[in-house]
Amino acid sequence: MSYQIPGLPDMEYMDRQKRTFLTQIYYREVARGVWITTKHFFRNMWKWMTFRKGGVVVQYPEETRPDMSPNNRGRHVLVQRSNGESRCVACQMCGTVCPAECITIEAEESKNSTIQRKPKVFDIDISRCIFCGFCVEACPVDAIRMLASTENLVGYNRFKMIYDKDTLLNWHPVVNDDVVHGYNP
Amino acid sequence: MESTFLGINTVHFWTYLFLAGVIFLFMFMMGAVMSWSERKQSAQLQDRLGANRAAIPLPFGKKLAVLGFINNLADALKCLVKENFKPQTENKVIYNLAIFFAFIPAVLSVAVVPFAGVIKPAELFQAWYLKWVPWLPEYFAANLPDFSFRLQVANLNVGLLFIFAVGGINVFGAILAGWSSNNKFSMMGGMRSAAQMISYEVSMGLALLGIIFIYQNVDIWNLVQGQSELAWGWLPKWGIFLQPLAFFLFLAAAVAENKRMPFDLPEAESEIIAGYFTEYSGFKMLLFMFAEFIEIVFVAIMVTTLFFGGYSVPWLMADGFHFPWGATLALSHASVVLLQVFSFISKVFFFCWLLQQIRWSLPRFRYDQLMHLGWKILLPLAILNLVITVIIVALGGF
Repeated sequence: MSYQIPGLPDMEYMDRQKRTFLTQIYYREVARGVWITTKHFFRNMWKWMTFRKGGVVVQYPEETRPDMSPNNRGRHVLVQRSNGESRCVACQMCGTVCPAECITIEAEESKNSTIQRKPKVFDIDISRCIFCGFCVEACPVDAIRMLASTENLVGYNRFKMIYDKDTLLNWHPVVNDDVVHGYNP
Repeated sequence: MESTFLGINTVHFWTYLFLAGVIFLFMFMMGAVMSWSERKQSAQLQDRLGANRAAIPLPFGKKLAVLGFINNLADALKCLVKENFKPQTENKVIYNLAIFFAFIPAVLSVAVVPFAGVIKPAELFQAWYLKWVPWLPEYFAANLPDFSFRLQVANLNVGLLFIFAVGGINVFGAILAGWSSNNKFSMMGGMRSAAQMISYEVSMGLALLGIIFIYQNVDIWNLVQGQSELAWGWLPKWGIFLQPLAFFLFLAAAVAENKRMPFDLPEAESEIIAGYFTEYSGFKMLLFMFAEFIEIVFVAIMVTTLFFGGYSVPWLMADGFHFPWGATLALSHASVVLLQVFSFISKVFFFCWLLQQIRWSLPRFRYDQLMHLGWKILLPLAILNLVITVIIVALGGF
């Protein structure tokens, strides 16, 4: 099969496999295919028999990938002021920009006259979050950041996956540098 | 001592009933194992881990996952409690009957397959490791010293024809399910299935004719006996050595009969949803799937029995090993029987594994490729094989 284009020499424009008798009766090709999968099968079985993990799957809540990028957008944290309060001024920027509409903020008056507003409720529904990082970009006071870590973002119950203000504010990452290296464009 | 029940010797009756139960259970267990290995083996060969999350909670925060076996239990439970969906069809009877047409042939045809040689209970239960039922050896030694039976449920002298006859019913399951579901996709699946199974049955039968000519028999027991003999004093007369071409033709045709992956056009998910069992839900669907898994086991049993000597172990006679280099190893009757059963089951396991491996390695054929392979390649090669075999047999070979 070739397509004759005027002005060009007659040539194949596709990398077509030659159809020979051996490929047409399929047996040799089947044996080649099965040979490849068999190699994989026995390699993984040997790993399993020697108490190692066959396969490349990461069993998520128990395991996390060691080669996660430092720029990964993982879990949210609220940044604290020196007095332990949230830096958030409840301006609703993040809640507005959030495409998944997973951030709920209720504002209240702050005792501190220079700040005026602070969040009474700051909930992130982690089961709806798409980890786009728009909230971090939108924040004018750098109050919300995302860590590279994706540890333990699981729950048997969808209500357990709504993280409230205290959780977000007081979550201590395992690696302290994580906060510094968090997603902060 | 000759008590009879319905005109049959009582001991024979209970023995064969017990044997039928054991082999029926064996097929069901193998079906369960296949549905498990469908998941785990495919995962292993694709560098995944496979189902391992469903687990029974134990005290102290432990979990019992049994390498993903619990997933199968969860599946069965889910299928039992699902809504019993009924399509708007005029043929409720045929709709429900089709499941049995698909399911029963798969378990029925294994009745003529021998799982081991002749068993003499009086001698069998003398082995020290079978003495855990104390009254059994005494009972058989006292009352039935000469009683012996074959580890084969039905001793038919037309065993191979029986398998073909019962296997032929299988096609009704698919086509009746497709027709009575009142769904165009189901109908297409049923039609495809009928065309495919009838096309490949021809080459399957012709491939096996060579075996029948060589061993001069259609009785499966005698076929296995013929394969236990030795050619030139050392090579077991297994079908694979005498009919290598027929083995490959039979394997391809059997996978096609089984409607498994390279030939799974009747249920091609990406084209016609689930083919002929689109309209079956819950446990009915599970029965169709289970029938398919049991058919894999049955194909493995057929390949083992016809081409790999069935239960026979090379150089193993009734009294132990007689190696071609002259050495002998005497074994008790019980050890011989156990070796035969083990040999049979391990061969079956190997072919189950191979069939799964083929299923998970290959993409689906196009419909024209399917028909091309069946009619233009397998059928002429089967006829060629038959002609050569007949000439050799007529010239007095083998």
